Amino acid sequence: MTDHSGWEVVIGMEVHVQPTTRTKMFCSCAIAPLNAAPNTHTCPVCLGLPGVLPVINKAAVEACLKTAVALDCEIPRHTKFDRKNYMYPDLPKGYQISQYDLPMSHDGHLDVGEQRVRIRRVHLEEDTGKLVHAGDKLHKAWESFVDLNRAGVPLMEIVSEPDIRSAEEARDYAMALRTLLRTVGASEADMEKGQLRAEPNISVRRAGSTELGVKTELKNINSFRNLYRAIDFEVQRQIEALESGHGVVQETRGWSDAEQRTFSQRTKEFAEDYRYFPEPDLPPLELDPAWIEELRRSLPELPEARRRRLVAQYGLPTADASLIAAERELADLFEGAVRAGADAKPAANWIIGEVAPGGIVPTITQLADVVKLVSSGSITRDQGREVLAESIRSQRSAAEVVAERGFAQVSDESELEAIVREVIADNSKAAADYRAGKKQALGALMADLKKRAPQANPSITNRLLQKLLG
Amino acid sequence: MPLSRDQVRHVALLARLGLEPGDEDFYAEQLSGILRHIDRLQELNTDAIPPTAQVVEVAATLRDDEPRPCLTQEEALANAPAAVGGRFRVPSIQEDA
Amino acid sequence: MSDPTHLTISELRHLLDERELSAQELLGLHLERIEAADSDVKAYLRLTSTKAAEQAQAADRALRDGSAGPLAGIPMAVKDVLCVKGVETTAGSQILKGFKPPYTGTAVQRLFDAGAVMLGVTNCDEFAMGSSTENSGYFPTHNPWGLDRVPGGSSGGSAAAVAAGEATFSLGSDTGGSIRQPAALCGVIGMKPTYGRVSRYGLIAFASSLDQIGPFTRSVEDCALVLQTMAGHDPLDSTCADRPNDVTRGLHDGVDKMRLGVPREYFEVEGMEPGVRLAIQKALNTLESAGAELVDVRLPHTDYGLAAYYIIAPAECSSNLARFDGVRYGMSEQDAQNITEAYMKTRRKGFGAEVRRRVMLGTYALSSGYYDAYYLKAQKVRTLIKQDFDAAFAGCDAIVSGTSPTVAFPIGSKTQDPLSMYLCDVLTLGGNLAGLPGISVPCGMSDGLPVGLQVLAPQWREDIALRVARAYELAADMRVEVALVD
Ligand SMILES: [Mg+2]
Ligand SMILES: [Zn+2]
Repeated sequence: MTDHSGWEVVIGMEVHVQPTTRTKMFCSCAIAPLNAAPNTHTCPVCLGLPGVLPVINKAAVEACLKTAVALDCEIPRHTKFDRKNYMYPDLPKGYQISQYDLPMSHDGHLDVGEQRVRIRRVHLEEDTGKLVHAGDKLHKAWESFVDLNRAGVPLMEIVSEPDIRSAEEARDYAMALRTLLRTVGASEADMEKGQLRAEPNISVRRAGSTELGVKTELKNINSFRNLYRAIDFEVQRQIEALESGHGVVQETRGWSDAEQRTFSQRTKEFAEDYRYFPEPDLPPLELDPAWIEELRRSLPELPEARRRRLVAQYGLPTADASLIAAERELADLFEGAVRAGADAKPAANWIIGEVAPGGIVPTITQLADVVKLVSSGSITRDQGREVLAESIRSQRSAAEVVAERGFAQVSDESELEAIVREVIADNSKAAADYRAGKKQALGALMADLKKRAPQANPSITNRLLQKLLG
Repeated sequence: MPLSRDQVRHVALLARLGLEPGDEDFYAEQLSGILRHIDRLQELNTDAIPPTAQVVEVAATLRDDEPRPCLTQEEALANAPAAVGGRFRVPSIQEDA
Repeated sequence: MSDPTHLTISELRHLLDERELSAQELLGLHLERIEAADSDVKAYLRLTSTKAAEQAQAADRALRDGSAGPLAGIPMAVKDVLCVKGVETTAGSQILKGFKPPYTGTAVQRLFDAGAVMLGVTNCDEFAMGSSTENSGYFPTHNPWGLDRVPGGSSGGSAAAVAAGEATFSLGSDTGGSIRQPAALCGVIGMKPTYGRVSRYGLIAFASSLDQIGPFTRSVEDCALVLQTMAGHDPLDSTCADRPNDVTRGLHDGVDKMRLGVPREYFEVEGMEPGVRLAIQKALNTLESAGAELVDVRLPHTDYGLAAYYIIAPAECSSNLARFDGVRYGMSEQDAQNITEAYMKTRRKGFGAEVRRRVMLGTYALSSGYYDAYYLKAQKVRTLIKQDFDAAFAGCDAIVSGTSPTVAFPIGSKTQDPLSMYLCDVLTLGGNLAGLPGISVPCGMSDGLPVGLQVLAPQWREDIALRVARAYELAADMRVEVALVD
């Protein structure tokens, strides 16, 4: 984290999200898998052939409305699509169907922990195709090749106000947005798969100053880690540029993963003038309030609300609650396990300590059983880990695994006392040393005990040893 | 309002229309002539008039999210002036290459 | 039996049903007629004889086993802006030379399904931009009534084909008058439906908010039949309305007690020829004697229609034509330093002068700083023009006027002055701006050239326009003559 003392960072986020749909935005082509051969998922419409017309995908509209509702946006009665005109080889029609002055929704907000980021608008548009270039680098390419499988894939554009003040806030915003989108089922929002593309607009200004500095927009960032790094780098670059008196140029900059730096992407977009005008091939879209109410009602509990509830209802520490609420799967697992009889705090610890890092999520019963067995002392924590892993692997109940491994602890005092006496007898020297005050001698006795009776409940045998030696 | 040569060059670039010798004068003269007629629109006070983008009242119909068969790669590329490896070929997209 | 290439659909239906003629014989006669006449008329850009032979064969089969559709075996010509799978479709432009669509548009498909036989693709102004078919990227078409004259446009080839007996009916597209004006100049019937009546899927777009597909025929009844066959909701066109397809309702009910509006402004337009005004006046008298009541109506913003049209149509076309970039189809200048240069070379070479003029005009009208003064202003004036018609229809059932201020003019006489060419559409483009159905029926001659009577009706009231046209046809004992017979 670089030092920005004396400077304030101002960041607005433009995030493009691919809603979960089976088909494209304006035609019935199936969404192509990442490994699909080029130009195998196209039709006359998304190829932009002469004479074709767009037809709106209902599922994309629904996903966008769900997102808008979840972001507490205002949703107008009528919305419309517009043409954004510019010619580029990955844009078959020579214009992108997007939304200009009547977006699907506007003026919402997303709470990230204690911080509120205002949402300016959420609208629907279509993605472009993919270009590959001859030559390793864009600026060396002498020819390019176009694959239109992605052309016409639906995109939600989520634009925030410049309310973000640091690289980590930006990253947390993006992650919170991902969780929200997954929670409402609007998108998988997988950054690596390009389902969520974050483009921060960054400027810096002297602390206390009120007018905004010159901003740059960052593109091709493919992970939350790089989102953080790219912004951190760009902020430092801008501060240095300003402090050295060079100033900042308003431009689009790319993030180079290899070089871990941003670079200017000036593709000489001379006098960019998109000549927006209403898409004449699509009548205005009426958004029935009843439909929106229906969506609002069917919305699941949102991550931020759930985080608060986990603290209030189960007394979890805020940090733990945030971690668990951040993944719907984990939160469901937690509450399920508690409902199944596991104690809240240990259940949370197991999820944070064992499940979250491992990535493989057990069933509610599997986790609940292990947590209960450990808390009741019938198996050790280490055995619990093993049982959990094995029951996930072999899809068996914790009980079965415990039985198979013979993990069930012996807690019967008389049974254990007999063994302890044997151990003391067979280790007379260690016993003597202990009695003579060499407390560490107890270790040797415990070790031998563990060898003879691995299932012995350690807390009981420990107590017995000290009693019989004392 | 008549169109200057600079405007003609700018608009031609936006429209991605090449200019050959004589084109600038051709457009400047002819478009100015048409615009002279069009400028009569300014006589009308339309402050209180809503714009009409679509003249017939039709509400957009939404399509069910059901996939339909796509074209094959061969069909998609059938009319392509230049195609390589299943993709459309275009000259460098770098402006100052 | 009189020459089948002169007959109407309903007359041919009778002959086909009675087995006095087979679809394949009918096809043969038309190919002969085309062979004989088209070297003079040049209505066709390309013939689709193989497809026609297959369709005619299928039609004969259907006629035998009684499964024949309403248009079984009827020879049809298709304007070069309508996509037909596997048939070279170029919108009259060099930039689309060789383009073969992998799909067939909805309107044409419905006519195929009804048994129509496609003879070929007809010439038109490039991307339907023009009123004389002189802007074709291939060659001009000649008017069968005077070979030194234009057939009108942009659907000049389709109008001329029907007028010269080279097809029983044909399809055109009408954005500012491109069906009605050539119908008038070639002495045939042509109709532009309500915007949204016929699916535009498969129609190469000129101005999306104005374009409609419509028929050219030799009788009003044929016109109603063809329209009925291709009209109706299409899930592939969101602007195509889902509403009853009732265009033939009351076709023969006549005009008795009907109120026909006569807009003074449409008789005072610039360049209105006395001969045309006279023919129209006669036609109005005929309708009156058939029982119609003629009433004065006003269309006060008529003088602004052309200006609004020449912002809106070019603005939309500048965007619609952006896809012609030489990447996926059509002409392509691959020899370029970079993509922008390739675009500029390809489009400069592939588009003709009129198309480039309109793309420039439309780009300018939408560009930042001019949007409000031009595009937005034009949209507001469009509202005023729509309101003019609403007010007029409050006082009448239909509006009658000339279709074109002039008869067919000599080839080359207007090509130097775009504005004079644009003025050909002053009486028709109002109907496009307001989305109205309009039909043109022949109503006599002036200097040996046909004059057209235009009937405009309220939105979705094709039935009224057709009913008035049919009443005139009957009262005037009008029969579409085939020209160029020696
Ligand atoms: Mg966008
Ligand atoms: Zn598609």
